[in-house]
Amino acid sequence: MNGLETLPAWAAIIVIGMLVLGGAIVLIGALGLMRLPTFYQRIHGPAITVTLGAGAILIASMVYFTAAQSRLVVHELLITLFIMMTAPVVSMLIMRAAVYRDLRGHKGGFVGEGDVYRQAPDTPEDAAAEK
Amino acid sequence: MLTDLLSLAMGFATLCIVLAMLCCLVRLLVGPSAQDRVLALDTLWMCAMLLILMLGMRFGSLIYFEAALLIALTGFVSTVALAKFLMRGEVIE
Repeated sequence: MNGLETLPAWAAIIVIGMLVLGGAIVLIGALGLMRLPTFYQRIHGPAITVTLGAGAILIASMVYFTAAQSRLVVHELLITLFIMMTAPVVSMLIMRAAVYRDLRGHKGGFVGEGDVYRQAPDTPEDAAAEK
Repeated sequence: MLTDLLSLAMGFATLCIVLAMLCCLVRLLVGPSAQDRVLALDTLWMCAMLLILMLGMRFGSLIYFEAALLIALTGFVSTVALAKFLMRGEVIE
């Protein structure tokens, strides 16, 4: 454990706050991924993990190394920038793949009214049987 | 006092990230559809990157930063490739 003792108080307080916030948010996002019922709800869970949770922990790391080494250490900005650029791309690609896979073979698409996650019947006979 | 609190906060954040990785692992194993598994894998590499950052803070070393950056890069490429595979059935057309 080197550097923990020499850390100034202001940096220690910021790092503690960011670590607790980031850890809690990462856990909440992963719990959402595990617990929510459908895929289209589950994709909202990791969104806060990769933005707010990762951002808080990266800020904690930046403040910690800047204070511990008495010089500006902002390597983590690279990771932050990369994650902020790629998170929307990844989530959009997965969503498009999921919608494409769900709609494949269902010509009518999704039913608009009521349960939006229920899939439309293929033929009029199926629709009549469903009613 | 503050040093103890800082050590405790680092332990708490590490524990939270490990528990989050376990949640992702559950979703990766039981996920009913393929896109669920891809999403769980995406969250899993993000949590692994954060865990390596936490280890770097814990040991006070800047070496871990490069590993975290590499994991971020390869994780993005692998998730894009998997999403492309789910959509088109092949990665490079």
